[in-house]
Amino acid sequence: MEGAVFRPLRVSCNGMSKQTAALLEARGVAKHYGPVAALRAADLSVAPGEIHALLGANGAGKSTLVKCLSGVIRPDTGTISFGGRAVRARSPMHAARLGLAPVFQDPALVPDLSVTQNLRLTGMPLGRVRAELAAMELSVNFNEQVGDLALPVLRMLDLARALARDPQLLILDEITAALPSDLAERVFAVMRERREKGRSVLFITHRLAEVIAICDRATILRDGRDVGTMVPREGGEARIVEIMLGPEAARAEARAAELSEDDVAVAPDARERPDAVAADAVLELDGLRAGNVQELSLRIAAGEVVGVAALEGQGQDELFEVLAGERKPESGEVRLRGKPFRARHPYDAIRKGVVLVPPDRLLALLPQRSVRENVAAPHYSTPLRWGPINMRDEGRRVRHAVDALQIDMRAARQVRRLSGGNQQKVTIARWLASGFTTLLCNDPTRGVDVGTKRQVYTLLRELAADGAAILFFSSELAEFPLVCDRVLTVYGGRVTAELPGPAADEASLLQAMHGLDLEEAVA
Amino acid sequence: MTAAPEALARPGRLRAAQQFLADNPVIVLVGVLAVLFIVTDIVNRRDIGEPFITWNQLSTTLLVAAPLGMIAAGQTLVMLTGGIDLSVALTATAAAFATSWQGGNGEVQGVAAGLAVGLGIGLVNGIGVGIFRVNPLIMTLGTSSVTFGLLSIYAGKPFEKIVPEIVSTLGSDRFFDYLPANLLLWVAVAAILILGLRYTGYGRMLYAVGDNPVAARLAGVRLWQVRVVVYALCGVFSALGGLLLVGFTANPDLGLATPYLLQSVAAVVIGGTSIFGGWGGYSGTIVGVLILTVLGSLLTLLDAEEWQRQVIYGSIIIVLTAIYARVSGTD
Ligand SMILES: Nc1ncnc2c1ncn2[C@@H]1O[C@H](COP(=O)(O)OP(=O)(O)OP(=O)(O)O)[C@@H](O)[C@H]1O
Ligand SMILES: [Mg+2]
Repeated sequence: MEGAVFRPLRVSCNGMSKQTAALLEARGVAKHYGPVAALRAADLSVAPGEIHALLGANGAGKSTLVKCLSGVIRPDTGTISFGGRAVRARSPMHAARLGLAPVFQDPALVPDLSVTQNLRLTGMPLGRVRAELAAMELSVNFNEQVGDLALPVLRMLDLARALARDPQLLILDEITAALPSDLAERVFAVMRERREKGRSVLFITHRLAEVIAICDRATILRDGRDVGTMVPREGGEARIVEIMLGPEAARAEARAAELSEDDVAVAPDARERPDAVAADAVLELDGLRAGNVQELSLRIAAGEVVGVAALEGQGQDELFEVLAGERKPESGEVRLRGKPFRARHPYDAIRKGVVLVPPDRLLALLPQRSVRENVAAPHYSTPLRWGPINMRDEGRRVRHAVDALQIDMRAARQVRRLSGGNQQKVTIARWLASGFTTLLCNDPTRGVDVGTKRQVYTLLRELAADGAAILFFSSELAEFPLVCDRVLTVYGGRVTAELPGPAADEASLLQAMHGLDLEEAVA
Repeated sequence: MTAAPEALARPGRLRAAQQFLADNPVIVLVGVLAVLFIVTDIVNRRDIGEPFITWNQLSTTLLVAAPLGMIAAGQTLVMLTGGIDLSVALTATAAAFATSWQGGNGEVQGVAAGLAVGLGIGLVNGIGVGIFRVNPLIMTLGTSSVTFGLLSIYAGKPFEKIVPEIVSTLGSDRFFDYLPANLLLWVAVAAILILGLRYTGYGRMLYAVGDNPVAARLAGVRLWQVRVVVYALCGVFSALGGLLLVGFTANPDLGLATPYLLQSVAAVVIGGTSIFGGWGGYSGTIVGVLILTVLGSLLTLLDAEEWQRQVIYGSIIIVLTAIYARVSGTD
């Protein structure tokens, strides 16, 4: 191969007539890890000045493709041309010099160093990063240790770092998965701005509404191959799901979606008997104070899913931490089945059946250990269980949990090799395997694909139907009406409104989450 | 900047083999060990005119390797949790002294005294690291220094050193000419450790704590419990190593186990256990111990001096740590 290779842009099925030279053109990119085919043969072409979505189920190969493009790994085969020239990025640094800046799925900064030290390490000009953050109306204390920053802040920092290079092509791998809606909006604004400047964005997400709203075209991967390029606005969500999952799976999925919506409409019978809720309240909070939490009271009954909707930093994280035994409340009372509940260590909470799915999966996973060990881990936490393992029993429990969440076991030897969405499922699976009475889900579907998300909703409803009490937070507002019996909006550490699940649509939630009185706002 | 894509296409079988070897470093290590044996054999024939690979030499190699095998066993467990124990050598020495000091009062009491000293030092380490959260380097260096201080008082005074019969049998005898007695102990320990790491709840927790302490905590593990126990176990294994040593030399002295500190860390690192914890196991360490022992014989043949050995062991640790970090970081 010599010199520059120009290729015409692949014309989309919907008849984009203009033939522009593509900015990025990848052909037949493949990557195998031993026997596992992470990417079989993917084509991707991104035009200048477009926002291009890269879609696919968990494990389809999206992140692998991103890593190939940005020089983190070397593809086994395939050609990549950028700006009309055949290139092979040797390292992320090299890719950045070519004009290609990625934000990876997992935060990339060293937790033990301060932000400033991290930026120096990568040779980033501090001023540029600061300017990008300021442009997004964010302020970050650069002297703080990265490990102490909240995940959404880290993601925005990663974004600012990529933007500081003013790349031709910005690659965002599931950046919005960990972002509350207000921050996600800022990311969209940035993406639109890039497009206006004639720069391109490659955007990975599992939230199809975002794709429809903002992306010009979408390339869809299934099982390591690209299976189509389309204009999302014209195709609609149903069409995307169909291409993503394959026609049959999509039909089954549509049926499941209908069913689960019926479910939600019928299931919360607790609502019809408000006195029953009071009678068997499992978890009660009275005037809790901790960090950002100010005077927060709530109760959850057995069989109930209670949602907590809030913007970033309104106290939701502290609420979960207190209940999970990770943080000491400053004042207030917590009761579990009528008895005072104080957990000084996660162990105390777990022993009483209160378990947590934390917002950041990296905090909950043993990256070098197998899926099996990860899922079974809580079972052996107490010295009473340090003896020989009943392998058959363990295998059964793990298999049950893995099946319930459809975890991709092809790379199960080490959890770090799993795709992001599959890692997320492992954090839920471990509690299915070890049992609980109260489940604290702090954004459990981060990075989980559309099909599996449905399964998680159904699973949560089933767990509730079996008598579990569930506290649920999500950064994706559309999830609340699908999962919750009641939704509490929290603002400034207090409950500002309570909505019945089906009525908790985005608009009403957003209003209450911004601390606006519902009636007031309507009037 | 342009590379022919065909050149990058590697046959699937080769790729699978590569992944397999990366996942099972023990197989590579056994290869290294075999090569080392052959090289030593060649040097031996050249210098002394005799082969090195004989039943007798193999038996001697195992006999010499077993004490290191014990000490490195404890070190493996500690390093799996992401810690390190720098007191292993002096713990072994202290146990050897205790045994020969109490040896006159009966065999059981002698052995018990040795093991108790190991357990005691291990518990102190474990409490320091696990409960008071002292950095393991500092903590174990501290106990090591204290142990040395106390020991040198005893070493100065003449007292009757009686190595219990069972200890010297275990440390130096061979059954059927070629089967070292200490091999029996080593095999038992190896079986317990290899199976225990894989099939007991405590084994799982060792890996969990080493891999991600935050996640282990969130899963309900009280880290201090795991840590106290692991340092205590390490103390006991070091003591066992000390007993085998004194059974072999029959004469405890302050420098009895000194070389074993560096070597125990080297054996663990060679064996593929991550110094950051969470990955590895005892089977790799066993091969690491054998590699170091044969390397020791080779260096003796070549008339290497002590400082040269130190340089070589130190370099091995540094180079291998760097290589393993690369291999596990980029796959
Ligand atoms: N180092 C590795 N070793 C073995 N298999 C791997 C490795 N890295 C990735 N894989 C496998 O490659 C496949 C594709 O993973 P990838 O991370 O690209 O998925 P993804 O499309 O980004 O999914 P998600 O939406 O969940 O993030 C997965 O099945 C994964 O298990
Ligand atoms: Mg991914």
